[in-house]
Amino acid sequence: MMGWLPVALLAVPLLGALVLVAVPGPLTRGVRWYGTAVSGVVLALAVVLVAVFDHGQAARTQFAVDRPWIPGLGLRFHLGVDGISLPLIVLTALLTFLCFAYLGWGDGRGLGQLLGARDGDTRPRALVFTLLVLEVGMIGTFLALDLLLFFVFFEIVLIPMYFLIAVWGGKGRRGAAIKFILYTLLGSVVMLLGLLLVWAQTGTLDIVALGQAHGSGMSRTVQIVAFAAVGLGLAVKTPMWPLHTWLPDAHTEAPTVGSVLLAGVLLKMGTYGFARIAIPVLPEGAVAVAPWLGALAVVGIVYGALACLAQRDLKRMIAYSSVGHMGFVLLGFATLTTVGVNGALFANVAHGLITGLLFFVAGAVKDRYGTADMPSLGGGMLATLPRLGSVLTFAAIASLGLPGLAGFWGEMLALLGAFDPGAGLPRGLFLTFMVIGGLGAVLTAAYFLVMLSRVTHGLPGRRALVPAGAGAPGPGLVAVDERPVSPAPEDRPVRGDTAVHEVDAPPDDPALREGAGAGGAAVQDVRDVRGHLPDVPDARDVRGHLPDVRDVRDVRDHLPDVRDIRGHELVAWVPLIVLILLFGLWPGLLLSLTTPAVQALLEGLT
Amino acid sequence: MIQQIDYFAIAAPLTLAVVAGLVLLLDAFLPARPRLRTGLGLVTLGGILVSLAFVVAQAGRGGRPPATFCVPEALTGGAGAPGAGAGARLDEVAGAGQVDGGLCSFVADRFTVVFAGLVLVAAVVVVLLSMTELAGGGIPVGEWYFLLLCTLVGAVTLPAARDLIMLVVALELVSLPVFALTALKRYDGRGSEAAVKLFVVSVVSTAVMLFGVSLLYGVGGTVFLSRLGGVLGGGAPAPGLVGGGQELPAVVTVGVVLVLAGFAFKIAAVPFHSWAPDVYQGAPLPVAALLSVISKAAGFAGLILLLVTALAAQVTTWGPVIAVVAALTMTVGNLLAMRQRSAVRLLAWSSVAQSGYILAPIAMASQVTGGTAAQAPAAGSGTADAGLSGSGLVGADLSGSAVASGDLSGAGVVGVDLLGSGAVGASVAYLLIYAAMNLGAFAVVMLMSRTAARNELDDYRGLALRSPAAGLALAFCLICLAGLPPGLAGLFAKVVVFREIVGGGAGWLAVVMAVNTVIGLYYYVVWTARLFAPGPAVVERRPSAATWVAVALAVGVAVAFSIAPQLVFDLSGLTASG
Repeated sequence: MMGWLPVALLAVPLLGALVLVAVPGPLTRGVRWYGTAVSGVVLALAVVLVAVFDHGQAARTQFAVDRPWIPGLGLRFHLGVDGISLPLIVLTALLTFLCFAYLGWGDGRGLGQLLGARDGDTRPRALVFTLLVLEVGMIGTFLALDLLLFFVFFEIVLIPMYFLIAVWGGKGRRGAAIKFILYTLLGSVVMLLGLLLVWAQTGTLDIVALGQAHGSGMSRTVQIVAFAAVGLGLAVKTPMWPLHTWLPDAHTEAPTVGSVLLAGVLLKMGTYGFARIAIPVLPEGAVAVAPWLGALAVVGIVYGALACLAQRDLKRMIAYSSVGHMGFVLLGFATLTTVGVNGALFANVAHGLITGLLFFVAGAVKDRYGTADMPSLGGGMLATLPRLGSVLTFAAIASLGLPGLAGFWGEMLALLGAFDPGAGLPRGLFLTFMVIGGLGAVLTAAYFLVMLSRVTHGLPGRRALVPAGAGAPGPGLVAVDERPVSPAPEDRPVRGDTAVHEVDAPPDDPALREGAGAGGAAVQDVRDVRGHLPDVPDARDVRGHLPDVRDVRDVRDHLPDVRDIRGHELVAWVPLIVLILLFGLWPGLLLSLTTPAVQALLEGLT
Repeated sequence: MIQQIDYFAIAAPLTLAVVAGLVLLLDAFLPARPRLRTGLGLVTLGGILVSLAFVVAQAGRGGRPPATFCVPEALTGGAGAPGAGAGARLDEVAGAGQVDGGLCSFVADRFTVVFAGLVLVAAVVVVLLSMTELAGGGIPVGEWYFLLLCTLVGAVTLPAARDLIMLVVALELVSLPVFALTALKRYDGRGSEAAVKLFVVSVVSTAVMLFGVSLLYGVGGTVFLSRLGGVLGGGAPAPGLVGGGQELPAVVTVGVVLVLAGFAFKIAAVPFHSWAPDVYQGAPLPVAALLSVISKAAGFAGLILLLVTALAAQVTTWGPVIAVVAALTMTVGNLLAMRQRSAVRLLAWSSVAQSGYILAPIAMASQVTGGTAAQAPAAGSGTADAGLSGSGLVGADLSGSAVASGDLSGAGVVGVDLLGSGAVGASVAYLLIYAAMNLGAFAVVMLMSRTAARNELDDYRGLALRSPAAGLALAFCLICLAGLPPGLAGLFAKVVVFREIVGGGAGWLAVVMAVNTVIGLYYYVVWTARLFAPGPAVVERRPSAATWVAVALAVGVAVAFSIAPQLVFDLSGLTASG
């Protein structure tokens, strides 16, 4: 009974995507709303799932569907939900819906709203299609209870994410997209080898049965090899140091929604695999490999923090912070204790919410300033854009793990787990991990505070909003523009009609360099604008794409909106803020769900 | 005595041969009007469809698969062993599990039917592509279809061949007309060069293979594959050896390696691969499609027949060789494909790489008999294990139903159902899926060749925006070839192959293939990305309807395989337990 729910969770976005292909005409205008509506239905289904879910039996697989699909491969269409997958399914549905809301809310002409009706070249239909297919893959991964089915869903996300980065990404999008897909495919193929090894040894693909068998039927060596292979594949996706190098590029180049989904959900598919497959199915392998996993996780924590300290680009910094946070998650798994794994799962969800919000805000900053380069942004965002600055501060503080916000509990529990690791694990080593991890947490606080001091605090920056260059006499802009510290007249941002003219000019026009060359920042800026637009350096498109460089009149009309948080952003961000607060103040809400499931999962270890 | 010929068994190649003659006559006697071109194409298409109907009828008929050109039981010994005084041995051999009715040269069992079906459906696509190609003029129509049908006769006969002579003749029948087809476009330098290259390479490979075959015959004293397998497996004395009873001489190894080399040419495996890109590019596109699917399928059918039936006992010789060749083939093919700018050359190298994937599980047939996988439940053991390692390896298990019903572990299974072996099943499954997706890609390339003569990858920029149907079809086929969702067929094809390799315990080969999958993805995805990139406005020329039908057919099959991969696994006899 109720088995239709997981199927519907997959069928709705899939059919939604197919309808988009099959019915081209009528949906062209309403495509913004179409995406929001379809993902809204999915979110509603996810909420129904939570409501109907028997919370008393969170360890049991519920809503199970088990049908043969490909008997020749022994592949069954086996779906189900338990306490581990439920929060992630809801998180996925929520983040996807928020992304659509962000893209389609209001008149669709806001910053970063790629579905805007005027933007012929941003291909809104294709974007909606891509996001819906992505949602199928993400939700399917969390629902699948068959090794090969899990692998299939794991792979489904690759192509849509590739196109999301390669078509709607920033200037280095091609390379970033290729790097992303090659890296993660290599990981998942290695994972496939591990899964097939498990299958060759046990003769079943059923994750539930395999989990209950606790690795019986497989020798220790086989378990270690299989865990290493599966873990390697998952670690690329997670990503674990030193396999993380695809992540900063992908995050930096992806459009805002791409970054949000990448950080919020796709990384979780890697960590979820540890909880769903690697640890329960291969317990002996897990015990053997856990110290290594813990060591790499701790290196990741420290490395991520140090790398963040060295970043200039806001999006890149958040990307590296994900490496650190995922290090905590992996450390939690490596402890193989209820506390640690619980912490890992909590940190997983918290990271999805917080980093999702951070990338939304970073995207908003980039849309406004035309760059996410922190020195170029200057300081004083709290003065110039108080609301945006506040949200950024909130997200950063949540991310650094302030008690009372969601980011705290997961990492605290992961470290606590390392204090007393599971049976068979060297305690001294894990104590060391705990200490280093704690230091990493301090470094995390350090880089976020440094970032805040550079971006939100201080005096308003030398180089201000792009529209400020338009010379519009808006009250806030004057303040920015006529800063007394301005060193030399030619160092000022390009002004007024010149700016428009230059953007109009073909990008390789030497005149452009000359004109803008007066201020290095301005050149940088124009390049950013160009890079932002895939392959179409046509001026009209630039304007359509980046509202802040349309024409002067347009900018004036939109001035109050352009500056601070707008409607579509508020809609997308408020639920995340609320949830971060909720889980921060009431962690039991999530832990009560995962604890029984984690206990069942770790049974094989004792 | 008079040979009884079962005409139902040979109906498929016979139909094709008759239609080939018919086409030549029609071309000679009908007035040369433009309509004749289409007419001959339709006649050819009709012949192929009738032939396909016979194949389907053979598949649908239960019971013993039709076999013909048999040597009666009483004569089997005499026919097989020319050596004198073999009377006592004859009884032994005959008693060791001979199928009643003696040895047959032509057997239309499940293996044959699957390969013949594959060849004929692919032929439909090739003929549809030919109609577009021939519409341009410059190619004599009658000769074209005649040669095409001759190739098909060979390709349909080859998987049914159960003796060495039939095998070699059929293989030559596949190859010879293709030389002429390649050069049929008059005054085309590239085409002539390609034909000469193909001719030289093919003739050399045939010579090498014939030498190997003659060595095997010399030792085994028989041309029948099953009997040869018995002799070489030690189940029967080798008439070619003086004194008998001692170990097989080293010349068997030489024979095996030479035969392998000969087939490696046909399937464009490294190190005999270098002809592929030049010939693909020089030949007319339908011929390139034919080479990459039909000719390749025929080569694999022959290779599997020879290795699994006749040389099963020599696995220790050919198993590692095949594994290394497979690894090299996929690596070289993929690395060189990355550098290509021309669409056809890229497909040529990618088809070399795909040959490697198809070869890989065949190498694992050796692991099965080697015993390493005996403890692995999903190792693709089954009948291959029981059949190949048993000493009573004589005669083919013509029922095949033992496998379908899941009775795999029965110790009493003596014969070889080729598809009963998981390794062979994996290869065949991959080949089926590969055929669909590769033909789909070729069909779209054919569409494009009308607007972009050079057919470079850059010509594909924005194809998905200019012509969404063609763009999406090509994108689907490429993603399928890369093996990623939504091209689930390609994904499962790779999964099946990986399963055999992992089950066979060849971890190194699995890792090599994993890396290759990633390399392959690079060039497929870069090409796919070009389809969606904004491109220049190109004046569209209306492509012919026949090509669109070809695209629809190939992509339709690929999509069907993606939605219901079980279709392929039913055909190739793969089961969950391997």
